[in-house]
Amino acid sequence: MKNIIIIGGGTGGCIVANLLAKKLDSDEAKITVISASEQHHYQPGWLYVPFAREDARSLTRPVRDLLKKQINLLIGKVEKLDDGNHQVILENGDTVSYDYLVIATGSIPCPEDIPGLSEGGNHFYTEKDSFELYQILQEFRGGKVVIGVGGLPYKCPVAPLEFTFLFEEFINEKGIRDKTDITYTFPLNAVFNIPSVAEVAEPILQERNINIETFFNLEEVKADEKKAISLEGTELDYDLLIMIPPHRGAPFLQGHEIADAKGWVKTNKQSLRAGDSKNIWALGDTTDIPISKAGSTAHFEGPVIAKHIIADLRGEELGEDCVYEGHVMCFLETGYSKASIIDFDYSAPPVLKAPNALMHYQKMAFNKAYWYLIPTATI
Amino acid sequence: MENVEITKESDARGSFCPGPLMELIRMVRDAEVGDVLAVISSDAGSQKDLPAWVAKAKHELLGQEDFEGAVRFIIKKSH
Repeated sequence: MKNIIIIGGGTGGCIVANLLAKKLDSDEAKITVISASEQHHYQPGWLYVPFAREDARSLTRPVRDLLKKQINLLIGKVEKLDDGNHQVILENGDTVSYDYLVIATGSIPCPEDIPGLSEGGNHFYTEKDSFELYQILQEFRGGKVVIGVGGLPYKCPVAPLEFTFLFEEFINEKGIRDKTDITYTFPLNAVFNIPSVAEVAEPILQERNINIETFFNLEEVKADEKKAISLEGTELDYDLLIMIPPHRGAPFLQGHEIADAKGWVKTNKQSLRAGDSKNIWALGDTTDIPISKAGSTAHFEGPVIAKHIIADLRGEELGEDCVYEGHVMCFLETGYSKASIIDFDYSAPPVLKAPNALMHYQKMAFNKAYWYLIPTATI
Repeated sequence: MENVEITKESDARGSFCPGPLMELIRMVRDAEVGDVLAVISSDAGSQKDLPAWVAKAKHELLGQEDFEGAVRFIIKKSH
């Protein structure tokens, strides 16, 4: 019987594990998920926590509850990948052998990569940080606020824009809009890296009197002086700094030959195979594919990997649908109970519809339905 | 640009926006003041974005030239 190991109990890992468990008979393969945490987090929900629209505690479920019963779950951190010997070594010293390996370890915000950012900035990209920002916003009475992207790549790409829109709505409803100056920053020469999204977002920022600072690559934060300084030489004074930190892949991947120095696995953008390997795949935030690091990316990649593994295990030919075509779909909250949808693939750039209430409520419904539909591989 | 001695060069052909620009930014971060850097890009957006970033960051664009169907940008780190 073959051993299938999936590293990661997040969206991508749960989807692949459940798809394989649905399709394979129990005597064909033993499926094991190795998760660093007992809990699975619905990370897109952290956007709402600072505004008290979600309780961080409600965005978490045990990984065990999301996996089919026949899937084994190992809780532990991976120390090393020995792909030469087809083994994964855990921090506690245990060694797990595999015939097929799926890497779904996601991405990690690293504020420590920018001097002063940990001390001087906030963000909402972890459960803890989103709750801390909630506490700060409860006490916020106005001032200079800088919101932006501190480094590429980062996950949930539109979330900083969404946060900016929701923050403007929040302080407007709080009656302190006239006491608050908001600046949105982005590293490129636009407010977003996809032109059609930037074309929709920039006029909304302008309508709401939000300053825009593009080509702002955060270099340093002087926490004691409350200054955010860019590589381009721009200095922004702030009272509250909300900067999405640059991200890295899992520590055991950083510097491994299968990945680059930051830990992004070198992944074929169509087969999702890792490097030159015949039996390792990667998906979701973990890959170095230059598309959005988002849950929907993993959602659309998962079935491709499951089909590859099943075909190989059974000695079958790969079907024409065993190719990932770059499909990504996500919502863009624009505040005041409106949203738009971004849907694209490798060949078709996104065409955005004007934000409306229907799409906002679709997103609200999706936030609740996620647990039943996505990690369980129901759709 | 034959008389310019390149300190470091990166071939970013095949990567799309913002790949070549982020590659240049990474190189500038790692370089010493006075170093001459070259980035080769096949992405049409680079012809606008790279010179615009160099101007904003107050470095010096020494030139851009055709290179095997792509464009080679040569930049001096000024500060």
